[in-house]
Amino acid sequence: MFRLLADASEQVDVELDGVEVSVPAGVSVAAALLYLGRIPTRHSPVTGAARAPFCMMGACFECLVEIDGVSQRACQRQVEAGMRLRRQLRSDGDSL
Amino acid sequence: MSTKFNLDYDTVIVGGGLVGAAIACGIAASGARVAVLDGGDRDFRASRGNFGLVWVQGKGADFPTYAQLTRRAAQQWRDFADELQDATGVDVALQQTGGYDFCLSSEEWDARAREMHLVAEHSGGEFEYQMLDGDELRTHIPEVSAEVLGASFSPEDGHVNPLYLLRALHQRMAGLGVDYHADHRVHASRRDGEGFVIDTQRGSFRCERVVYCAGLSNQALGRDLGMSIPLRPLRGQLLITDRVPHFLHAATLQVRQTAEGTLQIGDSHEDVGLDESTTLEVITRLARRAVRIFPHLAQVRLNRAWGALRIMTPDGAPIYHRSDEHPGAYAVSCHSGVTLAALHARDIASWICGGGALDPLIGAFSADRFDV
Repeated sequence: MFRLLADASEQVDVELDGVEVSVPAGVSVAAALLYLGRIPTRHSPVTGAARAPFCMMGACFECLVEIDGVSQRACQRQVEAGMRLRRQLRSDGDSL
Repeated sequence: MSTKFNLDYDTVIVGGGLVGAAIACGIAASGARVAVLDGGDRDFRASRGNFGLVWVQGKGADFPTYAQLTRRAAQQWRDFADELQDATGVDVALQQTGGYDFCLSSEEWDARAREMHLVAEHSGGEFEYQMLDGDELRTHIPEVSAEVLGASFSPEDGHVNPLYLLRALHQRMAGLGVDYHADHRVHASRRDGEGFVIDTQRGSFRCERVVYCAGLSNQALGRDLGMSIPLRPLRGQLLITDRVPHFLHAATLQVRQTAEGTLQIGDSHEDVGLDESTTLEVITRLARRAVRIFPHLAQVRLNRAWGALRIMTPDGAPIYHRSDEHPGAYAVSCHSGVTLAALHARDIASWICGGGALDPLIGAFSADRFDV
């Protein structure tokens, strides 16, 4: 769905939902998830509706993802090697 | 700058917050030509930083007429919310499914039990409430920790989304033909023949009747027209969390869950003058207390906090004041602009339209009660 404008010169390895994946270095976690096409990135804990990054600038809170154990806005964090990312999907059974 | 006169207003309302907007709607509905002169976005704005409770319990324990006024206001809310939604399409998310005030110590429990008893007495036994011990409380809300001793509960309490309320009132004002002038801070008022001249930074307005609903500024503005309105600011800090699954199906004084799932944790009552900043100390205290009551909130993320200056009168009850020296001038000051919104749009607006006639209920709230 999304592609990079220029080829990534560098990649970093992160863990996404327990599986190691490579993503372009220097992008936000939200951009990396969109690049990988791993949407939805969560389900609303209130309505259960599917959600994905939207504003990409920290305002809408739609891109919440668990990063190293803490739920946070994926658009506000740059990917780092070894990061543990977990999408907050309904099937997890723990949507908080 | 040349003086610009706007001659045609029956009523000028000074202040476009929850109080001014509600009263403007009520007066405009009677057919009067109404202007609202509002301050700027960076002024102190109690209406944009409050908690959103429609709250009865405990109010007026030591002021029976206030207990009665609050109950009347809360009872008008459902109908008022429906009317706003019909007229504007805005759902203010009113929920009157009861309210809990948690007790974490036996001192709190005793004080609460006394207040509730008094409010019930003032209502002639009509006010409904229960003092719930910890086990009973946990049958109502299982997430409450074992550390909580109990809570007072009243089915008469509830909450709304206060920002939607402000928006609905403004939309309603526009629909009723009220002229809303933003960024028109009033700096002085004077009598002019039968009416008044209100001076703003952007010109002057002439009117037959003026109603000050300008929050903390009522104290200074009222003096121009012979009204002594004693007020002090009280800072309230609030915390806002991520949206979480609904677990609160009623309001509580400590934590409120919005229709969208957000938790609002509040609020502090700090006597710090005209300072609306947030402090780490208070944020920490509020968050700790919320987690003591609901341990599962320890895992929920806080997104932001804000401080707002709330209005406090010497006895905590509202002021509905009519100037004796200058008939046609009124001041309305209160802490509970949400709870009292329906009453303001109805009873208080009618009272003003009727020339501030003697009314045994409203008359008890004149600022003259502070003259000793």
